[in-house]
Amino acid sequence: MVFEIFTFSFMHRAIISGIAIAILCSIIGLFLVLRRYSLFGDAIAHSSFGGIALGLMVGIYPLWTAYCVSIVSALIMTRIKDRFNISGDASIAVLLSSGIAVGLVIIGLSGGFTLDIFSFLFGSILLVSVNDTILILSLTGIILIVILLLYRQLLYSTFNEEQAKVSGVPVEKINYLIVFMAGITVVTSIQLVGVLLISALFVIPNITAIMYGKGFKQTAILSMSFSIFSVVSGILISYIFDITPAGTIVLFAIAIFACTMGLKHAGLLSRHN
Amino acid sequence: MLKVVEIDHLTIEYPDVKAIDDVSFTVNQGDFLGIIGPNGAGKSTLFAAMLSLNTKYKGTIKFFGTDIKKSKNYLKEIGYVPQKPIFEKNFPATVNDVVKMGLQKEVDEDKIDQILQQLWIHELSERRIGELSGGQQQRVFIAKALVNNPEILILDEPVTGIDQQSIDLFYSILTELNSKQNITIIWSSHDLDAVKKLANHVACLNRTLFFHGESDDFFENNELVKQYSEASMQEHMHHH
Repeated sequence: MVFEIFTFSFMHRAIISGIAIAILCSIIGLFLVLRRYSLFGDAIAHSSFGGIALGLMVGIYPLWTAYCVSIVSALIMTRIKDRFNISGDASIAVLLSSGIAVGLVIIGLSGGFTLDIFSFLFGSILLVSVNDTILILSLTGIILIVILLLYRQLLYSTFNEEQAKVSGVPVEKINYLIVFMAGITVVTSIQLVGVLLISALFVIPNITAIMYGKGFKQTAILSMSFSIFSVVSGILISYIFDITPAGTIVLFAIAIFACTMGLKHAGLLSRHN
Repeated sequence: MLKVVEIDHLTIEYPDVKAIDDVSFTVNQGDFLGIIGPNGAGKSTLFAAMLSLNTKYKGTIKFFGTDIKKSKNYLKEIGYVPQKPIFEKNFPATVNDVVKMGLQKEVDEDKIDQILQQLWIHELSERRIGELSGGQQQRVFIAKALVNNPEILILDEPVTGIDQQSIDLFYSILTELNSKQNITIIWSSHDLDAVKKLANHVACLNRTLFFHGESDDFFENNELVKQYSEASMQEHMHHH
């Protein structure tokens, strides 16, 4: 049974897509966490709920409408936040609740489509199609290339906006770029863990990796490793024991986080190693 | 003498206060200018305008003969060291990461090594920035400012909250950069003794400019020194 699962093509697709999403969420999440924007992923995910409901109502593939609604609402919210000087956490609350509100109203108007909505709320990684896998891999590739090309500017504007501005980094454009990439990442990842648990993949592997006291690149690599481990183990274990993959993946990530805290508490994570 | 900075009738108004009132002065290449003034005198406000962080001002600011409202290219020639750089304490960036942040060209590793050695932080290059002392952090930001071969270094009260030993090292580094590498330095401070020791030009700012000229001329003018000392003393008492 255990080895048999590696022969299923749906499992190949799930693991390949899962690894790509793990890498994507880790790196985008690292920038968000360091900008004190940890819940932004959650807010975009909830706004995508409105988009999914819209797609289901009008009969368009729900992820397409989710991409549009999430990216547009995240960009608008960022603009409003800057323009009217609203704090980050408050703007996240607005984005989060308006997405859910719109989604609920649309579901109500359509008379409900409970089954479909559930797969988006909790993820359905074992159901990803070949086309989904290609889309996930392409988006991951594009976003990773953009990050590699703009790595030092992204890092500097995350570290200190004012100094980055003085050095000629186009901070405002970089901020919008991060929001845009976060929007794409969230909607792409919905298939893995669903709307409700998405922020776990953005936040937990990163706060775990940061505790190891390394530089930026090593922290990013550690975070991706924790995330990939959680996703792959989560998919396999959940299949074997017939439990939900999303919850299992997140519990693996939490277990690594808890172990790291234990190591740190015991003084085994030396500061200068 | 080549004029690198020309500030002409600069006025910056906030809704309730005039932070800078009709200030004009020039800085020549190779100058070591100490800008002194009590807290709230407008030193940081002046720098924000010079660095294009605040563009709402009257008057003109020129760097290398060009109005900074017309082109931001001058920023490539400037190294800026802020008063107290604000960053997340656990930010996962080593000294090496920080020095390279924002660079667009490929980095010359030998040059970075050389700069880190010059600033006595070579051995810290793989340590996280948040683990270093205030003095060490300040030297990292100078190193960062030097990576682009700047013509001008702008430092905003760079030794706030740093121990005396680090301050002395910091000052000797500044002197060396100015005298050996001919980097123009514009430096704000409220430490009169340090300014007397290091700077060859002094600008005295308290919303308006009440002195600008050679350092010796300022320190020989007892009336001015007294006026400045009283102003800063009042400020000091006001704060307590």
